[in-house]
Amino acid sequence: MRSGTLADSLQVQEGQDGRVVSLSGRLDTPAAASLWTSLMAEARKPGAPLVLDLAAVEAVDTTGATLLLTAQSAAEGGRIENASPGVVAVLDRVRDALAAPRPKVVPYRFSPLSGIGRRVVNALRGGVESLAFLGELLINALGTLIRPGRLRARELLRHLDEAGTRAFGLAVLLGSLLGVILAFQSAIPLRQFGAEVFVPSLVGISLLRELGPLMAGVVLAGRTGSAYAAELGTMTVNEEVAALRIMGIDPMALLVLPRVLAGILVMPVLSLVLTLAGLVGMAIVMALLGFQMTTVAQQLTNFVSLKDLMGGLFKAAVFGLAISVVGCRAGLGAGRGPRAVGDAATAAVVGGIVAIVVLDGAFAVLYERLGL
Amino acid sequence: MEPVADPPLTDSPGPEVPAVIEARDLTAAFGSNVLFRHVSFDVRRGEVFVILGGSGCGKSTLLKLMIGLVPPAQGKVDILGTDIWATQGAARLDLLKRIGVMWQQGALFGSQTLLENVEMPLAEHTTLPPDARREVARAKLGLVGLSAAADQLPSEISGGMLKRAGIARALALDPPILFLDEPSAGLDPVTSAGLDELIRDLSRSLGTTFVVVTHELASILAIGDRCIMLDKGAKGMIAEGDPRELRDHSTHPVVQAFFLRKAA
Repeated sequence: MRSGTLADSLQVQEGQDGRVVSLSGRLDTPAAASLWTSLMAEARKPGAPLVLDLAAVEAVDTTGATLLLTAQSAAEGGRIENASPGVVAVLDRVRDALAAPRPKVVPYRFSPLSGIGRRVVNALRGGVESLAFLGELLINALGTLIRPGRLRARELLRHLDEAGTRAFGLAVLLGSLLGVILAFQSAIPLRQFGAEVFVPSLVGISLLRELGPLMAGVVLAGRTGSAYAAELGTMTVNEEVAALRIMGIDPMALLVLPRVLAGILVMPVLSLVLTLAGLVGMAIVMALLGFQMTTVAQQLTNFVSLKDLMGGLFKAAVFGLAISVVGCRAGLGAGRGPRAVGDAATAAVVGGIVAIVVLDGAFAVLYERLGL
Repeated sequence: MEPVADPPLTDSPGPEVPAVIEARDLTAAFGSNVLFRHVSFDVRRGEVFVILGGSGCGKSTLLKLMIGLVPPAQGKVDILGTDIWATQGAARLDLLKRIGVMWQQGALFGSQTLLENVEMPLAEHTTLPPDARREVARAKLGLVGLSAAADQLPSEISGGMLKRAGIARALALDPPILFLDEPSAGLDPVTSAGLDELIRDLSRSLGTTFVVVTHELASILAIGDRCIMLDKGAKGMIAEGDPRELRDHSTHPVVQAFFLRKAA
């Protein structure tokens, strides 16, 4: 007969009936954790059958019972003996729990082709749904033109405030810093040609035509697009949107139209604020470089025209439309559960920024063709 | 963790069974709004103890006060001999590991499967190897009849299953005390009865002490060994005892109205 200790409370003896593992004390979760590896290793050893002797076990919890039953089933001809009635009750309950049918394990199949196909189909379906969303929005907008009373003025004002006036501080900060950076960075190479005087025209055109609307778009996508998606996403998850539909209230008119309208109206203003702040930042740098303000103003009026400003503001309005539509669509298309809201907000920001960059490229080609 | 030594197999623990929770002179208030005052009771080991009362009487606040989420304005709560509001740091964490809570909506993590939800406390607080953790988590889900749904996300299962999964996660570390907040709320009578049966079953076979907050009359009578009743008007505890005896013998008009489903 061999005798040994696997752990403080675990004794192994080899006898005629097989390997007898004697446990003692309380087999609770910490005890089961410390015994698990050694007891399972003992259970998996080939040879004589395993007998788990629980005569000295005072109590088990469900984790301890799981260990005993797993060891019993892993051992050839494993048996549990001498358990007290209380221990037997817990063992019986856990035995039933472990015997319950488990979910089928679906083997993972690597199939890149079908994966690509699925993504393409999903992208196309998403495109079709977005077009349908835009169409529905357009019909609603036309309906509101006929019946202006449908548009909730208070909702529109709330969104104008949230998307616009509350973002002015951020637009001023970003714009002025952008103007300072652009002026400094362009002054370095231009100085080599004695052409520093052209910095105002360069920065002015860049801000009015491109960077003003683009940066304002990034601000709107980050602040407002994500907020639209999160708010509408939460409403969708809480079935508030479904409740509106059942009450015969079109969520498009109540929820989407004021937000989209606010996005369109607020973006040119935001872009203008950002651009003006950028020009102020640029002027400060020019003053530091020793130029008179009159020279800066003259350079700006010589090279920057009204069509640059108007082109930029129109572009900003289109960006506002795109960002708010993407945000609202992401929110109303949210799935179930708390994760859906986070996913919707991410989709709104990423989608909004991608949309304005793509639109900016399209505008560059369009303005070039139109000679603007 | 306190394992269960020879869990009681009788229907109701007798008065000689030691108390695992001692609440003394508890008062809860939010600012000047007092919800209840001078509430004292004991919860005995292995019993199903029900906190009942009408809406707004402070049942859920009392539960949050007992598990250390809302501080009492006055009084103290001893859980397993330790004042939960007097302990801090590692001692408080040790105490919290010895209680489990099932929240009203399950409070499962939406990005994780049911198995992963149950596995999380085991990974955090035990030294079980990963395959053992999974096996133990499967056993806990099996205890509440959710083995087949182990790989599903919380968003993919029903309200009743969410509550069962919440119990499985609360059972993860085999705590001797489980707190259940409105386990039957929003469930159909059949699912609700199934959940009641599960609570009784776990109480009998594992010897776990249950503290259940509910106002579902059928559940109270089905699972409760003892109960206390809070009343919004009295701002305190108005009854204590076996719920069936309270139903049949109480002369308090609010208790009678509650059990007989009459407008008070």
